[in-house]
Amino acid sequence: MAATTEQIEIGAELPPLAIEPISRTTLAVFAGASGDHNPIHIDIDFARAAGLDDVLAHGMLSMGYLGRLLTGWVPVDRIRSYRARFVAIMPVHATATCTGSVIRVDEVDGERRATLRLAVTLADGTVTLTGEAVVAIHTTWKD
Amino acid sequence: MLISTDVIGRQLAVADVTIDRGRVRRFALAIGETDPVFSELEAARKAGYPDLPVPPTFLFCADLEICEPLTMLANLGADVRQVLHGEQSFVYFAPVHAGETVTLRAHIADVYTRKGGRLEFLTRETTVSRGDGTTVAELSSTLVVKNPEAV
Repeated sequence: MAATTEQIEIGAELPPLAIEPISRTTLAVFAGASGDHNPIHIDIDFARAAGLDDVLAHGMLSMGYLGRLLTGWVPVDRIRSYRARFVAIMPVHATATCTGSVIRVDEVDGERRATLRLAVTLADGTVTLTGEAVVAIHTTWKD
Repeated sequence: MLISTDVIGRQLAVADVTIDRGRVRRFALAIGETDPVFSELEAARKAGYPDLPVPPTFLFCADLEICEPLTMLANLGADVRQVLHGEQSFVYFAPVHAGETVTLRAHIADVYTRKGGRLEFLTRETTVSRGDGTTVAELSSTLVVKNPEAV
């Protein structure tokens, strides 16, 4: 069952986020918007010269999608840290799901924080990204 | 080893970056972010932000702006066709919004190999601060270079 920030307990799952199939247009738009112009994401000739069959998605695009899982759950100014390891390639045309679950709840600097374990998983079950984020559930920083 | 460990600690760049509102909006749309606080000024202000807040990974774009990683790796002797992003982390100390000018300071924090030298790793760290010296975020980015020549 999907947890709201009011009912946090270890093991609680965030509402999963399904990602639309990643098109070449998506990759070109992300390259322009992010400034990451590595041709391995947008130029099939370059990708083939590097020994790949086709272009692959930017790791930071996956991390951006997964970031939406966080901002869909808490306001962006409640995110204290966010990290990712890119463990497998996300091919063009892939469909993926972003998931997260609470693995720890503690008090730090006068606020209640939840530590989340995060993943991006392809339709065939391949995990492409594993990550962790710490978010404030109740805070006195700004309120 | 292709990349010398002598570069550990090397300062890469120090530069000011002004967070452009249009750029924040384009980035939000590129990652499919539908929450209007990241793209509409009115929605952002209604939510209590002075301007569009940047999405969680946006500061990576500012980091790319001050020092392009493929150029950096090419300068260090790596084959840019063999480069992948291995890890990325952000620690946030204060929110950043469109219209702010922040100072980024990047340096090479580590260089190491795995799998008998077939994979080389380079970690770059960037501190993002405001004009008054307050640190707002710290970024760490690890790039992986495959070295097929290693034995």
